[in-house]
Amino acid sequence: MAVRRLEAAALDALFGALRRRGYTLVGPTLHDGAIVYDELTGTAELPIGWTEVQDAGHYRLARRDDDARFGYTVGPYAWKRHLHPPALRLWRAERDAEGGFELLDEPHDPPKVAFIGVRPCDVAAIAIQDRVFTGGAHVDPDYQARRERAFIVAVNCTEPGGTCFCASMGTGPEARDGYDLALTEIIAPARNGQRAEPSYLLEVGSERGEQLLAELGGRPARGDEVADGERRLAEAAGRMGRALDTRGLADALRRSLDNSRWDEPAARCLACGNCTLACPTCFCNTVEDTTDLTGAFAERTRRWDSCFTQDLSYIHGGPVRVSLKSRYRQWATHKLGTWQEQFGTSGCVGCGRCITWCPAAIDLTEEVAAIAASAQARASRRQARVAPSPERGTEAGDAAATR
Amino acid sequence: MAPLVSAVSRTADPFVRTGKRPTLAVWKFASCDGCQLTLLDCEDELLAVAGQLDVAYFLEASSATAAGPYDVSLVEGSITTTHDAKRIREIREMSGKLVTIGACATAGGIQALRNFAGPDGGPDVTAYAAAVYAHPEILDALPTSTPISEHVFVDFELRGCPIDKRQLLEVVSATLAGRKPQIPSYSLCLECKRSGAVCVMVAHGQPCLGPATQAGCGALCPNFSRGCYGCFGPHEGPNMPALGDRFAELGVDADGWLRALRTYNAYAGPFRKEADHVERTRS
Ligand code: SF4
Ligand code: SF4
Ligand code: SF4
Ligand code: SF4
Repeated sequence: MAVRRLEAAALDALFGALRRRGYTLVGPTLHDGAIVYDELTGTAELPIGWTEVQDAGHYRLARRDDDARFGYTVGPYAWKRHLHPPALRLWRAERDAEGGFELLDEPHDPPKVAFIGVRPCDVAAIAIQDRVFTGGAHVDPDYQARRERAFIVAVNCTEPGGTCFCASMGTGPEARDGYDLALTEIIAPARNGQRAEPSYLLEVGSERGEQLLAELGGRPARGDEVADGERRLAEAAGRMGRALDTRGLADALRRSLDNSRWDEPAARCLACGNCTLACPTCFCNTVEDTTDLTGAFAERTRRWDSCFTQDLSYIHGGPVRVSLKSRYRQWATHKLGTWQEQFGTSGCVGCGRCITWCPAAIDLTEEVAAIAASAQARASRRQARVAPSPERGTEAGDAAATR
Repeated sequence: MAPLVSAVSRTADPFVRTGKRPTLAVWKFASCDGCQLTLLDCEDELLAVAGQLDVAYFLEASSATAAGPYDVSLVEGSITTTHDAKRIREIREMSGKLVTIGACATAGGIQALRNFAGPDGGPDVTAYAAAVYAHPEILDALPTSTPISEHVFVDFELRGCPIDKRQLLEVVSATLAGRKPQIPSYSLCLECKRSGAVCVMVAHGQPCLGPATQAGCGALCPNFSRGCYGCFGPHEGPNMPALGDRFAELGVDADGWLRALRTYNAYAGPFRKEADHVERTRS
């Protein structure tokens, strides 16, 4: 499908076309000092002319000198909020006359929601959660229903943020698939003090997306316009705020469970769980069974949980991961190591949320790189010991290596 | 003090299933009555089960009282007099399940500041008494304010200053059904993130006790762009020194950190230890 070029006004047309098809629109908007994804009634609610500054444990809104609609990166909450809600009732039960109980079915009838402005890292994160919730033998019916009714308007990133590293994780700054429509926002420089309206390059990723085209206006993009978009995205890949070398990483982490370097993040970690709840791929939840005052009704609720709580690893006798070190290690090794074995992908898409929204300013990329480097150093020390040398036979070296 | 387990509590069965009408008593010690008001605020819910639950003793609501024993006792307030210390043992003996409600009953409350008021940082109530009362010599006050659990066995501690209404209903429902209350002991940040609030530490540079505080209020303050004050006390495993470092990076000096720790839950272990440490090491 050829790339199309749209004017800024086409966003209004897009909102209208989606609404006519029964979609509720959820997209970026300002709320309490951040750009969050919330219900939108029109394009005027987009964060026009706003951006943000992100660093470890730090987020501040900032003004732009243009009228970009998508001139920010990602907010505190990922789209999982709308696909895997923070609290969900799974079932209810009512006591019957015979002293038993009757299960009352919980309907899975979510609204149709159009996600406006899904960043490439988040598109990849949705694909990862698809695998978690619907990829195995046990499909989560609620997630599936929400997912089927979600329309994804991706927006590629020409200006990565301070904690972004999607380029390292191979998920951005351009979305390759997993969307219905994808936009690249093109900001032209101001002329005669007049801010230029942004324009958009549009790519279609699904039949549902294609069906909207006639209502959006625009024209086929010229070759130079497509090249300009590609250049902007290629440059963006070189301007990531963070980076992570993933070569051999899962293996290095596997060999580092007893590494004392874990003590450093553990000393700073608050066990607050913010990283896991902000992360677009973390899926852990807890189920709570409650009864009401009369004892005639019971219900089970599922809530977001985190491997930073003691309850998550609580089994007969007590929690398995008591120390903060074991919990931080669980988080890092699951995201970047064991997730691979479990789901065939990395559990990290490089969105940077866990870094920005960690109130202790712990940087996953920094900690993991340090662990990997120390595993590397350990491996080469070991190799040096076993290597035969003229003065020293291999025997002693072998003994040292197996200790 | 060895916890006292009453004979009644060991034999208590789930009331709902046995069909007997359980009796509830509400007791007050040193406190502001705020937690009892939360109970009064559950009026609609409690009226709905009026036929199944006898509120036998609740002076805040009615002066009519029925003699014990009681199946469930809710206890508000801390122990601050020798008379209190004796009375709580009598109440324990009369009660099947004893549930303490609020920061005073679970941690000694704001009045536990006397526990550190002495010149050596130890307990001393004389200065406070002299500042407040015209004739402090007629007072019979202990030098400490202590949680109920330091005096008798407690079946469940419900945190908060004041307690949260939904949590109170959950504890009463669970106690009546003979099941474990679904009251989490993890950090407030989990509730904060679930609620959709924007983190005030990260986005506003405001100090927040949420990462050290037990969930329960639904992240009330962060949802009004304020840092958490720690009303629900320390969570299951807070890293106090690390949060102190973070407060310092946000511009809070040692005095400010000490003030943040020494409020309604000042006497609760992790807050107390960190505050003691700050006092000892402060130049
Ligand atoms: S681990 Fe961190 S950077 Fe990676 S996807 Fe999760 S929140 Fe984003
Ligand atoms: S990192 Fe922790 S919270 Fe996230 S999915 Fe893994 S175990 Fe669950
Ligand atoms: S790493 Fe940061 S966000 Fe995650 S639990 Fe520790 S302090 Fe909280
Ligand atoms: S505002 Fe406070 S409670 Fe909420 S996430 Fe931030 S630190 Fe935690």
